[in-house]
Amino acid sequence: MADENKNSLADELRAHFGDRISNVVEYVGQTTIEVQPIHWLEIARELRDLPQFRFEQLIDLCGVDYLAYGEDEWATSEEATSRGFSRGVEGAAGPGRFSWSTRPRHEQWQRRFASVTHLLSLSNNQRLRVRVFAPEDALPVVPSVTSVWPVADWFEREAFDLFGIVYEGHPDLRRILTDYGFVGHPFRKDFPLIGNVEVRYDPEAKRVIYEPVTSVSPRVLVARVVREDSRWKTARDEAADDWKDN
Amino acid sequence: MATEIRNYTMNFGPQHPAAHGVLRLVLEMDGETVVRADPHVGLLHRATEKLAESKPYNQSIGYMDRLDYVSMMCNEHAYVRAIETLMGITAPDRAQWIRTMFDEITRILNHLMWIGSNALDLGAMAVFLYAFREREELMDVYEAVSGARMHATYYRPGGVYRDLPAQMPKYKESRWHKGKDLEAFNKARQGSMLDYLDAFCEVFPKRVDEYEELLTENRIWKQRTVGIGIVPREQAIQWGMTGPMLRGSGVEWDLRKKQPYAKYAEVDFDIPVGANGDCYDRYLVRVEEMRQANRIIKQCVNWLRANPGPVMIENYKVAPPKREEMKEDMEALIHHFKLFTEGYTVPAGEAYAAVEAPKGEFGVYMISDGANKPFRVKCRAPSFAHLSSMDSIIRGYMLADVVAMVGTYDLVFGEVDR
Repeated sequence: MADENKNSLADELRAHFGDRISNVVEYVGQTTIEVQPIHWLEIARELRDLPQFRFEQLIDLCGVDYLAYGEDEWATSEEATSRGFSRGVEGAAGPGRFSWSTRPRHEQWQRRFASVTHLLSLSNNQRLRVRVFAPEDALPVVPSVTSVWPVADWFEREAFDLFGIVYEGHPDLRRILTDYGFVGHPFRKDFPLIGNVEVRYDPEAKRVIYEPVTSVSPRVLVARVVREDSRWKTARDEAADDWKDN
Repeated sequence: MATEIRNYTMNFGPQHPAAHGVLRLVLEMDGETVVRADPHVGLLHRATEKLAESKPYNQSIGYMDRLDYVSMMCNEHAYVRAIETLMGITAPDRAQWIRTMFDEITRILNHLMWIGSNALDLGAMAVFLYAFREREELMDVYEAVSGARMHATYYRPGGVYRDLPAQMPKYKESRWHKGKDLEAFNKARQGSMLDYLDAFCEVFPKRVDEYEELLTENRIWKQRTVGIGIVPREQAIQWGMTGPMLRGSGVEWDLRKKQPYAKYAEVDFDIPVGANGDCYDRYLVRVEEMRQANRIIKQCVNWLRANPGPVMIENYKVAPPKREEMKEDMEALIHHFKLFTEGYTVPAGEAYAAVEAPKGEFGVYMISDGANKPFRVKCRAPSFAHLSSMDSIIRGYMLADVVAMVGTYDLVFGEVDR
């Protein structure tokens, strides 16, 4: 990826799309834009076809759930200093333990679900990340890009399966990774890691039955802590030159 | 009298020797011809990405091995590169060369597995036995550096776990290995690991000739692969194909050349490209890639012999301090304790790091919110994108060609289902 190429991509995007895109970010040598769902299909076509972009390939598409972004699992309080972190079995904080309505607010992410697309241009040798936030948290809907890049088919099915994001215009939006008849969307942050149901063979009923989970408890081995470390910024600035070379 | 002819729906897998693991393929057949193919995946889904969210960064490296479980270190490479990008650290030169070398060893391992199993699927038994002979030799190299034959957990953010061993481990005498056999086994293992690899690089091209002898001009092999599963250039691009699938269709695209990482910019190698995009071309591409990987390994061996040095970054927030230092230095002890109880925090932000894995582009998209665990990890698996194109390619081919197609995708369900 040549240097001038990289710098110009963000500018080209701003120049061409104007206020149809927002949050054009260049971070660690990678470009990210944010797009409103209503503009997304039209922008996707232009990104694929216009010669300055030519993003012929959709490399990846995935869902992201921004619930609990930047949250610690336990506060590093005096109690934790003297007694260590608990195993978290009873804890109320942390991912999977509070809902979107009761979550502590994070100023950066106002919406919960996003569909993140990674594009690759073979002709211009550049990459772009596009984030599309679903307007509704209760029923997240974003447009499908299967008509622009056919490969989005399975990626969108996966995001639907794991996050419950509905892709409008998708020809065949079925679950893909989870079991037949699975209930819920397991990669949502409020879906517990241990799951909701477990299966066992019931010798009396002579079949496999589903029951609420009892065999494991929601244990946390290493507490999640958020720390600011100023040294990373220094290191990043020093490395910035290296990225430009790559 | 009109007879109603209905298409027949059949299950291919999930327990089928040619399904390469747990693929359930629902095929709608018109006689022997495929009308529609609907792959059902997810039987091996382990929620790797969700598990990674609940663990400190370093504890998920081992999970990456288990995604594409025949190209283990390449997956690790993408994962540690994503972390390194977010933290802005760079591994020392020697570590980068070691990574380059092991990526190529992994490529050979993967292609050997592929050539053996694909030939077996299409009715050639012997290739499998030949390919596994060499796989065994290379897995010994994996074992020598990491202690594990497959799931190495060898790459770490900031370098690799430890330097290459100065002595290649030898077989001990046992009921199965003794006398002349034992001597023959240990003949190449007298020197260091690099000597062993050097000797391997010498003989490996001849071994590839042996596989080609069995397949390239083989009449049955050509009948089963030439003109089968043609992927036109445009279709390959639209369906997000990467790696040998894309190159087999005549697109000269390789991340090692186009967006070089590790030390690929400094080694000399060529990229084979196919012409027709059929199964046979992809076979030729992969065979040539083995030869090129061998060339790269040779160059890495030479560099690594000449240039000793550190293989891990000297940053105790990421890498553990040396044992000796911990005996004397309080700070080193604290670093060690913090690193192994809490891990390290990664600055908030997001990054995507990709490597040219043997199957195609393996990428890791990582979002950090400044914690010691990733906020979201997404593994972009090449097989997942490839398999999704199955229906559009296989329509109109015969049932037996489905097997050829499943084989040529080089599918591994560890990474399709994740």
